[in-house]
Amino acid sequence: MDELARRMNHGIPFFKCLSRQRLGIFACIAILLSACGGVEDARRESVLNRGLGAEPESLDTHKARTNQAGDVQRDLGEGLSGYTADGQLELAAAERVEVSDDGLQYTFWLRPESKWSNGDRVTAHDFVFSFRRLVNPATAAFYAQQSLGDVVNATEIVAGKRPAEDLAVEAIDDLQLKITLNNAVPYFLALLTHPSTFPMHRPSVELYGDAHARPGNLVSNGAYKLQAWEVGSYIEIVRNEHYRNNDKTAIDRVRHHITPEDATELNRYRAGELDITFSVPSEAFQQMRKQRPHELRVSPYLAVYYYGFNLTRPPFRDNPKLRQSLSMAIDREILTEKVTARGEVPAYGWVPPGINNYEPRQFLYATLSKDERHRKARELYREAGFSEDKPFSVEIRYNTSQGHRRIALAVQSMWQEVLGVESTLINEESQVLLENIRMQDVTEVFRLSWTGDYNDAHTFLSIMESDNPSNLIGFHNDEYDGLMDKAAVQTDLRVRQVYLEEAEKLLLAQHPVIPLYFYVNKNMVRPRVRGWEDNVLNYHYSQHLSLSDTD
Amino acid sequence: MLRYALLRIFGAIPTLLLVIALAFLMVHAAPGGPFDAERVLPPEIEENIARAYHLDESLPQQFIRYLGGLVRGDFGPSYRYRDYSVSELIGNALPVSMQLGVLAMLLAIVAGVAAGLTAALSKNSFIDRLVTGIAMTGISVPVFVVAPVMVLVFAVYLQWLPASWTGGTSISRLILPVVALALPQIAYIARLTRASMIGVLSSDYVRTARSQGLRTISIIRYHALKPAMLPLLSYMGPAIAGILTGSVVVEEIFGIPGIGQFFIRGALNRDYTLVLGIVIFYATLLILLNLVVDLLYGILDPRIRGR
Repeated sequence: MDELARRMNHGIPFFKCLSRQRLGIFACIAILLSACGGVEDARRESVLNRGLGAEPESLDTHKARTNQAGDVQRDLGEGLSGYTADGQLELAAAERVEVSDDGLQYTFWLRPESKWSNGDRVTAHDFVFSFRRLVNPATAAFYAQQSLGDVVNATEIVAGKRPAEDLAVEAIDDLQLKITLNNAVPYFLALLTHPSTFPMHRPSVELYGDAHARPGNLVSNGAYKLQAWEVGSYIEIVRNEHYRNNDKTAIDRVRHHITPEDATELNRYRAGELDITFSVPSEAFQQMRKQRPHELRVSPYLAVYYYGFNLTRPPFRDNPKLRQSLSMAIDREILTEKVTARGEVPAYGWVPPGINNYEPRQFLYATLSKDERHRKARELYREAGFSEDKPFSVEIRYNTSQGHRRIALAVQSMWQEVLGVESTLINEESQVLLENIRMQDVTEVFRLSWTGDYNDAHTFLSIMESDNPSNLIGFHNDEYDGLMDKAAVQTDLRVRQVYLEEAEKLLLAQHPVIPLYFYVNKNMVRPRVRGWEDNVLNYHYSQHLSLSDTD
Repeated sequence: MLRYALLRIFGAIPTLLLVIALAFLMVHAAPGGPFDAERVLPPEIEENIARAYHLDESLPQQFIRYLGGLVRGDFGPSYRYRDYSVSELIGNALPVSMQLGVLAMLLAIVAGVAAGLTAALSKNSFIDRLVTGIAMTGISVPVFVVAPVMVLVFAVYLQWLPASWTGGTSISRLILPVVALALPQIAYIARLTRASMIGVLSSDYVRTARSQGLRTISIIRYHALKPAMLPLLSYMGPAIAGILTGSVVVEEIFGIPGIGQFFIRGALNRDYTLVLGIVIFYATLLILLNLVVDLLYGILDPRIRGR
């Protein structure tokens, strides 16, 4: 297989690989042999096997998009800032930062000892090169706007109206970097932890072009360097001896295994092939909790599971009473305890718990008893013009999956029981559902989720702004936008917090969505893995982990 | 025969073009695009991406661009595996699927023919009923039931064999998937062989051979086996193509980086070029295998050769 990987990496067309393939007749004989040694021999170097979930679409930090790509990229590279094992923000490639009083100017001093995996020094110019490439329209980077949208001229550059050289990111000298923002962004250091803002090794990007992120080509500045990528199987990374903190790196080699199916992944874990899983399938959750309580790790995660209303059309447009009654009729505790049953937290607000500098708001009815809640729900339902004789009928759309189906069934029966609503369940393949939601033509109620990108309430509240592309429900409220604008220019964290909390309160009063639960991280972690600390972002850098000899 | 083969190959080109055109239309007609997600992109970034992948052009333009690439042997870039081209992905996955498929087919033929022959020779005996019964079960129990059970027993509890592709050596990791892939095929082949052998054994020329005092083993070896294999042969063509590309479930369960997995992921991710590439590859393979089967027919059955 290594031979193949090598050929593949050199871009030899498939028919040439094919003609040289041995057909494996001799391996057929091997089948007749009795079962021979299963797991590979123990090696002296320490090797960690992690489940990664779905395959990263790219290891080019500007072309990737998924969390899975980020998990590998955080092992391979590092940005100006990063996270500690327990999820606290810290400076990484920078050793010092100075922020101007108005919050618009950031000056970073890089660590002089930082080196690339080929031994070259990491300089401020590498950051400038990477940031310009990120916003360059030709790169077509997913995260250009989110990561650097607040930097002066970035938006115009992404739109193709200015050259990338106009980006307000400047290398004062080899180690000093200056970034100028349009407005104060209190979470800017958190944005700079995102892999899209990692520096890039200019000579290798220019030499290899689109192929620069492949094994053998990729030069990285993190704790590990890329060793192999077997598409559909695994990504292997090994210790980067030139890393500034190499002394602290305990694990020599990490294999990120592609595990898109959680049931398969758990089997691999139970067979001893994985040390850490990406997820835990719901059907096995209770069993694992009983059999391996010390290996099952469950902790809050910055993500919300919700039902959205199509606010652009009747029946939900201008009908907050109907929306509220539907929201109140759902017993979230039953959903999380009986239906999902993986430790999820019932959601009575939009922003999940665990966010820095923020006190999440709740629906006013959150504290009511169940009976009172149902009574109030029926009252609102009648006020909205519906009754037992004239029931409301609605379609619930979700993307095809057993889990989503079970939740939809539960919601359907709760609405039926409490209000007499007649709902139809429609499952659609996920791309079809997304297309329908975006068209805003046929949808009424639909399932969605949102995962925070950084530890700040802004990552949740901003998607409800009128002009945010991820505002898929069509929520539009001038007062809300005004509060968000005020928060955006506010440098006093406490005042900003007040604006953001005000905004969430206003949002919840409108009931544009039904948050059902906040996700939790669910991982199986073998006892021999040390240094694992639960955190809300669920980032677990391999460099923070170590392996002991015994389980 | 060469002339015939060449004629058939050139005759297949229009069919292939039609397949390409239909597949192209269908993947583009499916709702949603390769870059859609719950995290919706800002419009200017969407435009940049569309431009980078020529998705801003009209469909006919895209089709002509795609055909132009095909003529040069270029299946285009993958939209989902952005560091790789479709040719590379297929080139990487094909040997894996081939290895599995060929081994599974060999195992299926050896075991299936042996079981079928045994059953046919002892028609209506206990052994016959046993083989037919097991074959029936083999056909009815789907692989997505058998494979996870095998993983549980041999990988999780007994820990004799790896649960996945990356968990074992290059040989041990093959055993469970190959057996899982071969099981239903063994069952089919056993039933086919049994039925066709019973038919041949009751034919006039076999009766004549018996009356002349030939031993059963010689009758089978020299007179019965070849004609009895004909139905099996026509089954093998599509079966091989199917096992190569259609081992989707097995690949999924064992985490094997083969063609089937890329096909499914490609379709779900709207990775247009990847899906098209595999469809074209699969269509070509089917056409070629059917040709091979027809040629082999002529070798096995002299009656067909003259036509």
